[in-house]
Amino acid sequence: MKKLLWKLFIVLALTSIIITACAQTPTQTEAPAEEPIEEPMEEGEQAEEMEEAEVPAGEDMTATTLTLGYTASLTGRLNVSSGRQDNGLQLYIQDLQDAGGFEVGNEVVTFEPLFYDDESTNERVQELYTRLATEDNADFLISPYSSGLTGAAAVIAEQYGKVMITTGAASDSTYKLGYTGVYQAYTPASRYLAGAVDHLKALDPDLTQVAFVHENDQFSTDVVTAAKDYAESLGYEVVLFEGYDSETTDFGPFINKIEAAAPQALLGGGHFQDGSTFARQLYEKGVDLAYVALLVAPPEPDFAELGEAAFGIVGPSQWEPLAEFTPESAAEAGLEWFGPTGDEFVERYVAAYDEEPSYHSAGGYVAGLILQKAIMDAGSYDPEAVKDALDAMDILTFYGRIKFDTSAESHGLQIGHSMIYIQWQRPSGELEKEVVWPPEGATAETIYPLP
Amino acid sequence: MKILRKPGFWLPIMLVLLLGLWPVMTDNAANREVVNSILVSVALASSLNILLGYTGYVSFGHIVFFGFGAYTGFYLMSEQGWPIYAAMIMAGLVPAVLAYLLGSAILRLRGAYFALATIGINEAARAFVKNFDPLGGSVGMQLNFQIYNDYGGAAQALWLTYYLLLGVTIVILIVSYLVRFSKFGLGLMAIRENEDAAEVMGVVAPSAKTRAYVISAFFPGIVGLLFFFKNATILPGDAFRLHLSIETIVMVMLGGAGTVLGPVLGGAGYQRLRGTLLVTPLFRNVQLVVAGVLLLTIILFIPAGVVGWLRYHVRGLRRVLE
Amino acid sequence: MFDILIPSLVDGLLLGFVYGIAAMGLSLIWGVMNVINLAHGPIIALGMFGIYLAFTILGLNPYLALVLVAFAGLVLGILIYYVAVNRVIDAPHLSSLLATFSVNMIIIGIGTAIFTVSPYNVDFTLGAVDIGPIRLLWTRVAAALAAVIVTGLLYLFLFRTRTGKNIRAVANNRTAAELMGIPSSRVLALSFGIGTMLAAIAGGLIATFFPFTILAGGGYELRSFVIVVLGGLGNPLGALVGGLILGSLEGIIPVFMQTSWVPVIEFVLFVFIILVRPSGLLGSRV
Repeated sequence: MKKLLWKLFIVLALTSIIITACAQTPTQTEAPAEEPIEEPMEEGEQAEEMEEAEVPAGEDMTATTLTLGYTASLTGRLNVSSGRQDNGLQLYIQDLQDAGGFEVGNEVVTFEPLFYDDESTNERVQELYTRLATEDNADFLISPYSSGLTGAAAVIAEQYGKVMITTGAASDSTYKLGYTGVYQAYTPASRYLAGAVDHLKALDPDLTQVAFVHENDQFSTDVVTAAKDYAESLGYEVVLFEGYDSETTDFGPFINKIEAAAPQALLGGGHFQDGSTFARQLYEKGVDLAYVALLVAPPEPDFAELGEAAFGIVGPSQWEPLAEFTPESAAEAGLEWFGPTGDEFVERYVAAYDEEPSYHSAGGYVAGLILQKAIMDAGSYDPEAVKDALDAMDILTFYGRIKFDTSAESHGLQIGHSMIYIQWQRPSGELEKEVVWPPEGATAETIYPLP
Repeated sequence: MKILRKPGFWLPIMLVLLLGLWPVMTDNAANREVVNSILVSVALASSLNILLGYTGYVSFGHIVFFGFGAYTGFYLMSEQGWPIYAAMIMAGLVPAVLAYLLGSAILRLRGAYFALATIGINEAARAFVKNFDPLGGSVGMQLNFQIYNDYGGAAQALWLTYYLLLGVTIVILIVSYLVRFSKFGLGLMAIRENEDAAEVMGVVAPSAKTRAYVISAFFPGIVGLLFFFKNATILPGDAFRLHLSIETIVMVMLGGAGTVLGPVLGGAGYQRLRGTLLVTPLFRNVQLVVAGVLLLTIILFIPAGVVGWLRYHVRGLRRVLE
Repeated sequence: MFDILIPSLVDGLLLGFVYGIAAMGLSLIWGVMNVINLAHGPIIALGMFGIYLAFTILGLNPYLALVLVAFAGLVLGILIYYVAVNRVIDAPHLSSLLATFSVNMIIIGIGTAIFTVSPYNVDFTLGAVDIGPIRLLWTRVAAALAAVIVTGLLYLFLFRTRTGKNIRAVANNRTAAELMGIPSSRVLALSFGIGTMLAAIAGGLIATFFPFTILAGGGYELRSFVIVVLGGLGNPLGALVGGLILGSLEGIIPVFMQTSWVPVIEFVLFVFIILVRPSGLLGSRV
């Protein structure tokens, strides 16, 4: 008898330890205010609980705050570009709050950010987005930075029926997996370097040999596979086509191969950190190339820190401060204009962060803008209505045109926006970015061939 | 059914079952995700325990089976259209066969050499899959979202994977108990204490070790498939993460190596600690430090783990905790 | 063919010297006390950050700073020995593996809290020189030279000083050495310190030419395992030779296939050598 009591006691003790251990974190039911930023949203457990969040403001307008959940790579190898994207998104949310929100029916809606640091790792993205979708119950999701991380996050968004605007995520493949609620703000990866190939053709019709050396990740692989096909269709000979690991710091073996294959042009790269290292080591080794176009890194202002190694490097960009999209050009094209002008955006961004925005910053800002426009068009923040509005969207913003593919096989793919190409030059001694392609937007002649 | 009267048998199972039913009772996806990650840890730790705890071989390559099983099942499901149940069986069998082949070679090595070899195998496997295009190479594979419709939509599919994981975890615990109290298990423990003496006593060490290795390799593959089916995307870096192998060892040691209950408590405790610190900005970085200090303390002062310590110090518990 | 083979080989060999030093530290610790130091990688990373801090904050020349880093590495190693290793030195392998791994977690945790996991870069260059088709970066040459000097000093220390001889005696037979009146735990602590010192030096040298993060030591730790097995566990000079072998493999393999196959070949070779000849290609003890 005594033994039995003992056993019972132990079972109970252990069970209660485990149960309390598990019950501590999920704050849904008991303690709602543990998170740093989250607010009145998460009262009930069921998904549709908006009413509870409404706070009476004035006579017949109610104030509603919607949570935008996302992760940013504040640390890790994607920190530079992701930080810019986060800055852009935060600035958008701040602007919206300063403006007092926007009206939907008889409600005034503002957004609030709820975000975590994903340390640039896939594993954390999935854990954190699951948390954002369940425990935190964010109303809408914005993607993390980079195609790889977004791919991991998009599944989670889709599983829990959350609408996600992706930015900083160009890979085409993510939008070919049958998702219905994931919408892309960036020009797809397959069109990243196609323009560079055209640029090269226009610069030097006699050039025949190109090399592709790229990061082995979803985005860069999508970019170079498409660009390689395109280059070959134009008659180029691809003398080297090779991928490097995302963590690579020693590009020596690749540089030796480039020198042996002796192409006149090099296209490729991956993200900011590896791309910068690649550019630096190309310069140190004095590789003789007439044209170098790298992904992601060159359009970032920080790229200038490489000094002489940055000179002449070309990079595809989603947006540049000098790109001209205006309400007038919208009227000419017969498109609806939405949001601030480019000058306003740059001015506010510089005021907030004391630095030039890069295209990643613009991407972050525009992701919020797209969501706002969709909710306004839908007249509701019900996910299904917002999806319909996004499907129907065709607008012009400071960042360019926004229109999504609505076909079943590549739903959500961006088809309105297009790329421009910049090159680091020294117009007045200092390193500066100049737009060199397409010709209609160019601010300077391309420096070709590289010295 | 005498076994049911043994608390050492039903206690771990009841604990896992109670824990597993909690999200079902509350019908809450957030709770399910919490328990899901605990179950993954418990399952991995318990299966590793068969090799590490009972046989005394330190494997840093447990995750190789997790990764290979997951890749096998994932490939069968996404490229060949297999249903999840059939894919689960293959996700267990393929790593088990691999363990059989590998085992006969590397189990000859003792102590640190074995540990080093398993590190090498893990790294080689990851580097190989990165280069192996049929499995997606370095960009891995993604499931088409439509696949969830075969299981009644994404929400249903997530619950289904959860139930399957719970079931697999309980099966692992039963196997773990049965091995421990069989003649085979006694042989393994004899090997752990002194391999040469065990052979003299008539334990056929090579075959016993290989069997233990195969058993411990069968389950992580299934867990891996369920894990990556839920995430719908698989990458070499995530599937063969050396760090996860080491964390699994930590869980086993924390709870008590060589016991059935130990890995359950160790896995649950470690995972909860991690989950809590993960999203707390202040503690996020300290998480590793806390875990490190905890581990060091246990290694230096209570090498038998929580369960081992309790068994040693609390007389009445000796028959209850196994 | 040769126009790529030679520059690749030279690049690989120069790196191989640095790999060699990192591995030497691991090998020494193993040889003296049969402990595999899983905190090796983070200490390499600390060496990198040591140079970074000395260079950017104190404005020191990296090679001068290397002396500071080496000393800090030595002290840190002795500390780690007394805190984490001393108690489990005679316990089964699992204990010392896990004890050093917990040190690994603690260093990475503190390092992440201070430096985050973002990349850093020591913006330092010595220029380059062209010899025929080969462009040699002086930082690489200097690193290789430093590696050779460090190896030379280590050998002088081990074979020409009393303390060094004590270390070799303890490595040879600890019980016998104790009976001869050699204070074994102090000798072990010193050996552990020298092992981590070598890791820190290797990290510092790498920092002069590659960018790095707090996690960057992991890759070099794994390479060190491979090298140690190539050169024979517990044989420091073998480690240098192993480093050169690995370096030239890393140089030669990419000439014939995609560079991403390098780690596959490295690790398959590693497992193969452990299985066939666990004492290593050049296996003999200190």
